[in-house]
Parts: sequence; structure tokens; C-alpha cells
Amino acid sequence: MSDIAMAPIQAASPRTRAVVYNDDVIRKFTIATMFWAAVAMLVGVVLAAQLCWPAVNLGFSFTNFGRLRPVHTSAAIFAFGGSALFATSFYIVQRTCRARLWGGTALHNFIFWGYQFFIVMAALSYVMGYSRGQEYSEPEWHLTLFLVIIWVAYAIVYIATVLVREEPHIYVSNWFYMAFIVTVAVLVLGNNAAVPLSMYSAKGYTAYAGVTNALIQWWYGHNAVGFFLTAAFLGMMYYFIPKQAGRPVYSYRLSVVHFWSLVFMYIWAGPHHLHYTSLPDWTQTLGMVFSIMLWMPSWGGMINGLMTLSGAWDKLRTDPGLRFSVTAVGFYGMSTFEGPVMSIRSVNALAHYTDWVVGHVHSGALGWVAFISFGAMYYLVPILWNRKSMYSHTLMAWHYWIATLGIVLYITALWVAGIMQGLMWRAYDSFGFLQYAFSDSVNAVHPYYVIRFLGGALFLTGTLIMIFNLLMTVYSPQTAPKTQRQSAVAAE
Amino acid sequence: MPTKIEKDAVSGRETTGHEWDGLKELNNPLPSWWFWTFVATVVWSIGFCIVYPSWPSLHSYFPGLWGYSTRDGVTADVAALAAQRAAVLDTIKDVPIEQARQDPALMAVANTAGRIAFANNCQPCHGAGGAGRPGYPALASDRWIWGGTLSDIQTSITYGIRSGHAEARVSQMLRFGIDGVLKPEEIAAVADYVLTLYGKAPPSQASAKGQAIFAENCVACHGETGEGKREVGGPSLKGAVHLYGDTSAAIIAQVTNPRMGVMPNWNTRLDPATIKALALYVHALGGGEK
Repeated sequence: MSDIAMAPIQAASPRTRAVVYNDDVIRKFTIATMFWAAVAMLVGVVLAAQLCWPAVNLGFSFTNFGRLRPVHTSAAIFAFGGSALFATSFYIVQRTCRARLWGGTALHNFIFWGYQFFIVMAALSYVMGYSRGQEYSEPEWHLTLFLVIIWVAYAIVYIATVLVREEPHIYVSNWFYMAFIVTVAVLVLGNNAAVPLSMYSAKGYTAYAGVTNALIQWWYGHNAVGFFLTAAFLGMMYYFIPKQAGRPVYSYRLSVVHFWSLVFMYIWAGPHHLHYTSLPDWTQTLGMVFSIMLWMPSWGGMINGLMTLSGAWDKLRTDPGLRFSVTAVGFYGMSTFEGPVMSIRSVNALAHYTDWVVGHVHSGALGWVAFISFGAMYYLVPILWNRKSMYSHTLMAWHYWIATLGIVLYITALWVAGIMQGLMWRAYDSFGFLQYAFSDSVNAVHPYYVIRFLGGALFLTGTLIMIFNLLMTVYSPQTAPKTQRQSAVAAE
Repeated sequence: MPTKIEKDAVSGRETTGHEWDGLKELNNPLPSWWFWTFVATVVWSIGFCIVYPSWPSLHSYFPGLWGYSTRDGVTADVAALAAQRAAVLDTIKDVPIEQARQDPALMAVANTAGRIAFANNCQPCHGAGGAGRPGYPALASDRWIWGGTLSDIQTSITYGIRSGHAEARVSQMLRFGIDGVLKPEEIAAVADYVLTLYGKAPPSQASAKGQAIFAENCVACHGETGEGKREVGGPSLKGAVHLYGDTSAAIIAQVTNPRMGVMPNWNTRLDPATIKALALYVHALGGGEK
């Protein structure tokens, strides 16, 4: 952990008295973000290798694909993404409310260590074979209960900080973070209702039966994407892009309309994960139409992100951190268009169960979630550790291009593989017999799996370069007085 | 706090007058293309809900004007494909299998229906082209355990091997080691003898001792010279291909605590015409016998 003393930081606005922010917990979450990024992506690359060469399973139960896969997804979403959200939300809420984080330092540290403990215990339980078997919702009941305590503490600290703010209005980032915090609490409580085998058994069984369980699982699963990976990271985007660009947010009105339409539409879209299943047709229809209507609300965030750059596009040449943030918005726009397309029932007939879905998730996870977090990290670390700038802009540029190439290889390989799988599975010969066996399709995607592995390895390489760069920034001797990065609105 | 509306020098737009940590917002209107596309998706969605099943009631749901149902759709698709396939499979359904093999038109049917039935059901264990894998017999060679005529193959597929079906082919090798029938040194001697059967090792004193033990314990199923006995499913030990490995250690392991594979009875999954086509296809892979 950091050996640097907590630096009191002046409120950006010189109008009123200085507020001493708690940046120590933000530094802790920033380090955790770097650590879990490496873990999540390393495990992902191992899994991609296992899919190409099964011997990489190593023959142990705890290195088996089925047990490592939730370690990868949980580490990517909850450990890496979650730590990035804790760090940025605590940073943003203090500065945009001009208020110190509510509650004592001990409470903030409890949230940090409690969350990290939860992640480690969840990962250990997966490799030991404990899992609820529901995607992104694998921790058993006792771990979920512990998570609920952490989450309630987080919600209280965050919302109380907003309530005691000195600014008259609540900044848009905070709307998105609060929607994320409240909805994730509802989702986790709803989907994790379970009956333990006994008070002393780690194993529990879901409280819902059959297709009801599937529907609630995907109500949870899709809104984990919607509120954890979309709304919360939009909150991150709304702070860091205007900061990095030095420009005002493009449209306040658009931010209001797309916020409310996004949170209202998202919560109904889950059934599109269950097209052509025993889920009733009417439920599938509603899931699909809400996904279609979600297209423009999602794009509202993209428009506000990209249009904020008007007048500052030249900064992309000089600030690789901004390049990450803007590319993230590009991938966000692409995957929030791809999602509604894939939710159309007849398109889903081709895409469902194929690697196209995996590619779609990764264009969101790597292109949007990871890139917007990288942009935020490159902005935050010099400020948090009181450094003049990043250690190396050249390494930032290398990270950018290596990671971008990795994403492009990853998602194009899985587009080809996924659409090929879908077409092979539905191909009939002229006599009505299947043209291909399932094992034929497994064989056919192998080269694309190798390309996907290479794409993932490139992305991991870029992440390791970033971690090196961030650590060198932290350990570099140069310090700088706090510079204020004001919005570049020119007063008349 | 007073709001202070400013004019942005770049775009000429006014701000909302709020400021947080140096961040301001412009008071731009909603982009009209954004707004109208949003409206269009909502209108389209309402239309979709009118023609497709959509709105629930307490005990039922609004079925939509077009009477769409995924369940009816899949039932119709499955029935149509089954009818299409039946037109082909019916041509060999009642023809005796030996006779079907003489008819090029019927063999074309067998190669069409049998090929995909093999790929979906047999290939995962027996390998592409029936090449076999450790533990899973090759089907493209003439080293059959239960016989390689058309009717032998048809029977194996239909009822399976140790499948639990009453008609299944069943053989059982004694657990010579762990049940104490033979001592470890006797098993090692037998292994030395078996190695000589396919030229893996030259005859020796130990293999001579093993031969005597073999004659007492193994010949009933594997034959006098290890040539195998198909009527009881005793595999040949003479050829180069061994199901569970041809090393001394593999033979000792097999005699000590034998592994015995299971093949399902496919008559519960495949119809008789498909099994007939499959048998013709497997027979033609390279090992078929008269």
C-alpha cells in the first residue's frame, strides 16, 4: 500500500473554504483497480488458451475451465470494474459536491477492505467448486450476505455525501452513480434469494423455480450490464471527458432525458437473453422492444461524450489519456447499437449461444469499461499522488495502440466465429438432414479462437504496460503543486 | 448560490449557469435526429406489440394480431424437416440391409443420412472417420470386437455395449488383480507374454511362464493364441491396436483392474431407418465384413 501521506487537496472552486477530501481510500481503490485488471485479464488469457488447447486445463479440478471462468468474469466486472467505480465515484462525489466523504475514515476503509475480502473469498469459493451456477451471480448465500453489508455501507456513504453537499445542484455523474448503487442493491437482493442447505452449509439453492428463475437471473444479469457496466461508467465518463477535454458538457438537457430513459428502459430488457426458450412469447416480445427503445437512450451518453470534444479534438493528439476515454465512447456506441440488433428475435436466432455474444460482451468490457477506466486512471494517478504528469506519455501511446489492436482482433475473430457457428448449426442439406455436426463447428472455430487468444494477450500486455507506467508515476520523485484543471468556458 | 449563465466562446451556446469542480454544462437542445429516432423506436415497438404476443393479463396474455407463436413455429419446422427426411429414409426402411448395400441409390441415402448421424452421435467418441481413440474402438479397421458384418454393426448400434438394455452386448473381464485371482508377479508374467503376441517384446523365460497362466485364465475369452473371440466380445490381443494401450504397464493395469467401456443403446434416440443407414455408413468406413 502507499507510503505517501494523505495530501489535503484544495477544493477546485476558490469561492469558498477549502474542504479536505479523503483521497486515501481512493488511492487504495486505484491500486486495487490496477491489481485486479492484471488478474482478470491474465485469467481471461488463460481461459482463451484453454479453449484453443485443452491441455492448458492442467488436469486439476481448480484449474478447470468451468471453475476459472467465473473467476475471470467476477474479477473483470466486480473486482477490476468495481474497484475502478469505487475509486472514481469517491473522487467525483467529493469534488462535485464540495464535501468530504460522509462518515469516518474507518467506515471508508471498511468498505475498501470488506469489498476486497469479498472478492478474494468469492474467487476462492469458485476454484473450490462452490457456485450458484448463475452467471455473474455465482457467490453462495453467505458471501452475498456479506456483500450486502458492504454495499449498504457504500450506499449510505455515497448518498449522505450528496445530501451534505455544498453545491446547490447534483452533478450528472452522481445521478448515474446513485442509479448504479441503488439498482445493484435491488438486483442482488432479488436474484440471490436462496435457501441454504443448513446454517452451517456453504451451499444454498435458489428460491425460484424453473423459467421464473431464468427470468429473474437475466433480469439481474442484463441489469448488471445496464447499471454496473453502463450507468456507473457513464458517471465516470461525464466527469473525466469534460475534465480531460477542458470543455463543458455538450447538453444538460440531453443528459437529463437520456438518464431517465436509460434507467427506465434498461430494467425491462432482460428477457432478450431468453428468446426461443420456455419463457412465454409475450415476455420475450417485451424484452425485445424495450431493448430496441434502449438504443437512443444509450446513444445519448455517446453524443454527450463525443460532442463535449467539439473545440478540443486537437487534444487527442497530445493527451493519450483522453484518447482512451474517447475511444471508449466509440466502443460504447458500437456495442449499444449491436446489443439492440442482437435482441431482435430473428437476429437472435442466429446469434444465440454463439461466440458472437462473447465478442459483443468483450467489445463492451474491453472497449468501453476498461478503456474509460484506463482514461480515468491516467488522469487520476498523477493527481492522487501529487505528480506533475504521467511517467511516460510514450508508454501511454503504446498501451493505447496495443490494446486497441487487441480488441479489434478479439471482436472481429468472434464475429466471424459466432456467425459461422450460427450458420453451421442451422444448415440443412437438400434432404432435410443437418449439414454439420456440432463437433464440426467446434473444429471450424479453432483458428478464430487462436486469434481471440492473441487479441486477449495483446490487451493484457497493454494493461501490464499501464501498470508499470502508473507505478513509475507513483514512485517517481517529481512532485508538483496541485494544478487546477478548469473547464475552458470563456466568460464573456 | 447564484447561477451564472455564460456564453461558450467556441460554440456560442449558453451554459446552464451551474458549476461543479470547474465543470459546466451547455444548454444545447436535444439533437433532433436523436429525438426523432427515439420516437420512431417507441412507435415501432408499440406496433410490434400490437401484432405480436405482448401484454399479459392475470391468466393469459394478448396474443397479437398475427397469431405468432414460437412454439407453433418450431413444431411446424420440426414436422416439415421430419417429413422431408422421411421421404428419403422411407426408401431404405423396409429393404433388408444386405440388399440395401447392393443398391447404389440406397447407398447414397445411407451416406447422406448416415454421415450426419455418425458425425453428431458417434464422432465425439470414435473420432472423425471412425479412427478411434484410446478407450474407444476404431471403426475404420477390421479389428472388430463384436463383429463387423452389417447385421453385427446394426445390432451393436441398436442395443449398445453394456448399455443396460436387455439385448445389449455384454462381456466382463475379471478383476484378476484386485480380486486376488492372480498375484502381481503372475500378472506381470502374463503381460510379458501378451507383449510377445504382437512383437512388442521377444519371448523370454518370463513370457513362457506367462503363457501358462494365460492358457489357464485368458483363453476362454481371448482365444488360444490371443486371436479374440467375437461371440463373447473378447478382443483380439494380437494386432497392433490396443484399446487401453499396448505397453507392459497398460496391460498390467488392465488385467489388475479392467476398464470396460459402455456404448448407449441408440434405439431410444435414433429410429430404425437411421440406424440402418448408420450401420451401412460405418460398414463402408473401411472395416466392413461380409
